[in-house]
Amino acid sequence: MNLRKTNWPVQILIFLGSLLILFPLYLTITIALKDPQQMAQSVLSWPSEIHWENFSKAIEMTNFFQAFKNSAIITICTVVLTLLTNSMVAYAIARNMHKKFFKFLYYYLVSAMFIPFPIIMLPIVKQTSSWGMDNQIGLIFLYVVYGLSFNIFVYVGYIKSIPKELEEAATMDGAGTWKTFWKVIFPLLTPINATVAILTALWAWNDFMLPLIILSDKDQATLPLVQYVFQGQFSTDYNLAFSSYILALAPMIIVYLFAQKWIINGVTKGAVK
Amino acid sequence: MNKRKLAFYFMAMPAVLLFFVFHTYPALQGIFYSFTNWNGYGDWDFVGLKNYLNVFKDSRAIHAYLFTFKFAIVSTIIVNVFSLLIAIGLNSKIKGRNFFRGVYFLPNILSILIVGFIFNYIFAHIIPQLGEDLHLEALSKNILGDPDLAWIGIVIVAAWQAIAFNTILYLAGLQTISTDIYEASSIDGAGKWREFWSITFPLIAPFFTINMVLALKNFLMVFDQIVAMTGGGPGTSTESISYLIYKGGFQGGEFAYQSANAVVYFIVIVVVSLVQLRILQRREVEM
Repeated sequence: MNLRKTNWPVQILIFLGSLLILFPLYLTITIALKDPQQMAQSVLSWPSEIHWENFSKAIEMTNFFQAFKNSAIITICTVVLTLLTNSMVAYAIARNMHKKFFKFLYYYLVSAMFIPFPIIMLPIVKQTSSWGMDNQIGLIFLYVVYGLSFNIFVYVGYIKSIPKELEEAATMDGAGTWKTFWKVIFPLLTPINATVAILTALWAWNDFMLPLIILSDKDQATLPLVQYVFQGQFSTDYNLAFSSYILALAPMIIVYLFAQKWIINGVTKGAVK
Repeated sequence: MNKRKLAFYFMAMPAVLLFFVFHTYPALQGIFYSFTNWNGYGDWDFVGLKNYLNVFKDSRAIHAYLFTFKFAIVSTIIVNVFSLLIAIGLNSKIKGRNFFRGVYFLPNILSILIVGFIFNYIFAHIIPQLGEDLHLEALSKNILGDPDLAWIGIVIVAAWQAIAFNTILYLAGLQTISTDIYEASSIDGAGKWREFWSITFPLIAPFFTINMVLALKNFLMVFDQIVAMTGGGPGTSTESISYLIYKGGFQGGEFAYQSANAVVYFIVIVVVSLVQLRILQRREVEM
């Protein structure tokens, strides 16, 4: 395969296709850096004079740092708690699949993947608000719990491929089940933990529906929710709106630029398992 | 030994109980309320199947189902065709392969809501401008403002984003195929077209199945794109089922009625997914 020469027709098609992805992003950046007069002259061209103040205005209008903090707290707590708890549940299930009870748990959790969210949507709003969980803590809880369905599916498949001998050796040395899990199994889960962490982080960071229906306090709004709430006020000023979009998209894009290969490999490997 | 077994229960039970409390219990509640006339507060009575009968008689609900299915089927086909083509492209011998993989996965990390807002602008300003410059009547107005065409705009945005993830899954599938097989087939004189239908496609059949099922299921649940781009409009022409349940349930005081709609929706999704899985998996075996 490596001996073959570059496939030019494919190269050109892939290049043209990538423009369809990059063009809307280019457009977003140029609009965010212009003022209305420059927009009137030409929408597509690179700004002749860069208006950085759009960003500071957008930060003020949307209370960006507050929303950023909210999104960051929710995402980090969700990812950490998901890794710690979901892998543990999966371990218990994977090592006891021969027992009816754990087998039932597996199918119970995995089949919930096919329950559409709207069936839960109305009651869960009532439930979280009457329990005082219509806040960040409630959201983190829901993300960790709702992630179980998919994560159990991924983790159990992976744990089954880990030879039991390793744990038996640990048991010989006198380690209990808990110690075996944390000292032996959890470190072995690193590749699959990475995949779960990436997918969970993308979900918690970008999710719009749960914050929209659960959060009651405006100060707790996440980044996507803030964009939605301020949409009406932006409608007169596209430049401010687009600066705000960039601010909301930038954190994930920056993470992606640094961890790109890792993220794609994680997702690819997660898919093959 | 007993202590060992007990530990497993302690590992699994707290999370499973929470799952029951925050997932299964609300789902059961939703089913329960669907048989009442509760509007979200105050008293209620049992009304039997009345809500369900009304869902089937409600032209707005029926329209939401038709729109959602039209949207989901078209998007699933488009996404899978393009993802497969792009994955094959990204798997062949080209320069900057890793760079292009990075670019094609990029939409997957962006918020659907914000992507919707950005495309809103493109449909409202960029494309009509282009249409005028090129004197193309068809492009010169905002398709999101046209009740007959707005759904196409939503398909474009949904596909633009979903192709990223499906491409990566197909790419994972393609990498499981050993290059020896291709070398053997090219020695036998198989052309590119033949190679695709006789080798590539059958060998990635399981990936095709999972991509089709996941894509259709996700598109049947379309919500963020609708909120960002049309709010269900113009009129109710792009109202998806989940958007209708959200709007009717929270803003229209139709808590019980939309719960019944959600139960119908649940049954539809499970049936569609199972049928699809059955058909596609049978195809896998035959190949």
